Amino acid sequence: MTPLQRKFASAALIVGVFAFWELVCLIFGISDLVLPRPSQILSTFIEYAPAIWPHAWQTLYTTMVGFVFGVAIGLALGVLIGSSKLAFDTAYPLLVGISSIPKVAVVPIFVLWFGAGTVPAILTAMIICIFPIVVNVATGIATVEPELEDVMKAMKASKRDILWNVGLPRSMPYFFASLKVAITLAFVGSVIAETVASNKGIGNMMMIASSMFNVPMVFAGLLVLSVLGVALYAIFSLIERRVAGWAMRKGS
Amino acid sequence: MTPLVHFDEVCVEYDAGREKTLALQPTTLEVAKGDFIALVGPSGCGKSTILKLASELLAPTAGHIFFAGRELGAEPVRVGMAFQSASLLPWLSIRDNVMLPLKIVPPFREHYRAKRKGEYRDRVDALLAQVGLLDFADKNPWQLSGGMQQRANLCRALVHDPDLLLLDEPFGALDQFTREELWSTLQDLWMARGSTVLLVTHDLREAAFLANRICVMSARPGRIIEDRQVTTPRPRQISQTFRPEFVSIVEQLRELIVHAPAAPQIPEAAQ
Ligand SMILES: Nc1ncnc2c1ncn2[C@@H]1O[C@H](COP(=O)(O)OP(=O)(O)OP(=O)(O)O)[C@@H](O)[C@H]1O
Ligand SMILES: [Mg+2]
Repeated sequence: MTPLQRKFASAALIVGVFAFWELVCLIFGISDLVLPRPSQILSTFIEYAPAIWPHAWQTLYTTMVGFVFGVAIGLALGVLIGSSKLAFDTAYPLLVGISSIPKVAVVPIFVLWFGAGTVPAILTAMIICIFPIVVNVATGIATVEPELEDVMKAMKASKRDILWNVGLPRSMPYFFASLKVAITLAFVGSVIAETVASNKGIGNMMMIASSMFNVPMVFAGLLVLSVLGVALYAIFSLIERRVAGWAMRKGS
Repeated sequence: MTPLVHFDEVCVEYDAGREKTLALQPTTLEVAKGDFIALVGPSGCGKSTILKLASELLAPTAGHIFFAGRELGAEPVRVGMAFQSASLLPWLSIRDNVMLPLKIVPPFREHYRAKRKGEYRDRVDALLAQVGLLDFADKNPWQLSGGMQQRANLCRALVHDPDLLLLDEPFGALDQFTREELWSTLQDLWMARGSTVLLVTHDLREAAFLANRICVMSARPGRIIEDRQVTTPRPRQISQTFRPEFVSIVEQLRELIVHAPAAPQIPEAAQ
């Protein structure tokens, strides 16, 4: 198959999955209270778009702000941990510990500190996306080939020289790969916080819709989330290919 | 004349937690400026250790190393190093890879920003031309064959005119033909630049073809058991390596290494 054919085939397959879903619901007469059909979800979405829009905007906003902070902190921590044995031994167990805490459990704490609303959502998005970034950046920096390190040290390169010329560029593919994971995780974080403690955002909208048994609306919320997720994932894949294309061994 | 590098009763013990490994017995070695020395010996005898000492990656457990008459470490010594794996940086072009030392080693680094597009670039290109890589200057490392990458690796080790060129089995991973080609390349580079070279190798033909002096080491803990001159005039030809006198040198070296007497252990420190 040519690349074009392959793309066409995968698009057709995705459409096929939704068609299958639609058909199954129709054939077995599944109630929209259990599983709404894709067409119902879409029409609900279009019908309520003006109402959904502010929620989507809020979720996108908290996610992006949390993500930006998470990336900044994750990158800094990753560089620190990757370049110092002491920092690695101290921070790594702490990070693993923190990341094993279910994020739902920390939302009430943030609410206690900052009140319900935007801040807990931003913070939850932030802490949920720090971990993969730290791990990836630290791995990239800490796994510089020993021979290359010797070559650099023989030139009397300082730690900073090595970090700047080898460690950081080398960790970029890891970093961008982790961004794709982190952005989708950040959505999870915001939505969790919105579900628990907010009066705005897609998470909150879905909570209200489900309490009113408006199942198509709940699914419309899911649709918005996944579209946003896919879009941001695609954007970061594109950036990754631009910036760290050398790691994919494609012509320069 | 003071030798450029002087290992004076240098001894190395690796200390990995509770276990201590004596890697190098008290060893004395003098390297004259512009000399080409090959270190050969059984695996694990401490050849790489000697290179690490010379590049200050490792400090001797006992003994002293002098550079131009002064204790090593007193002032910076310019060193170039290359290993068996080319370890070029995949995100840089070959030209930028070779330019890396000019970005790091003083006094080049002070002018890096100003000269990298002019003088330094010309310097790198001239070197690449010398090893036949100029056409590949803008390529990335993975677009080059193993032999070509190793040429670039040699250039990176040489571009900053090191006082000492340290090569640790640089051609170990290459096939025979490529290896022989690179021997000639290295000989040309050495003859043109007058560098001082310490070459570690497992290939005795390589040692005999390239070196002025061959130091044979005993099994671990290593010491130098034979120091032999190779007086064949330069430039040497690959075909010469099949001549009887050359073959006999290689045979004698081989005998020495295979039948190297187990070195008498010096009393080890309390365990
Ligand atoms: N970092 C280290 N920690 C502990 N022991 C080491 C270390 N590096 C080397 N050794 C030991 O010191 C001895 C000499 O090592 P070295 O690397 O110098 O050998 P070599 O002659 O280069 O061997 P080869 O030809 O296999 O490369 C070996 O027996 C090895 O086990
Ligand atoms: Mg070795």
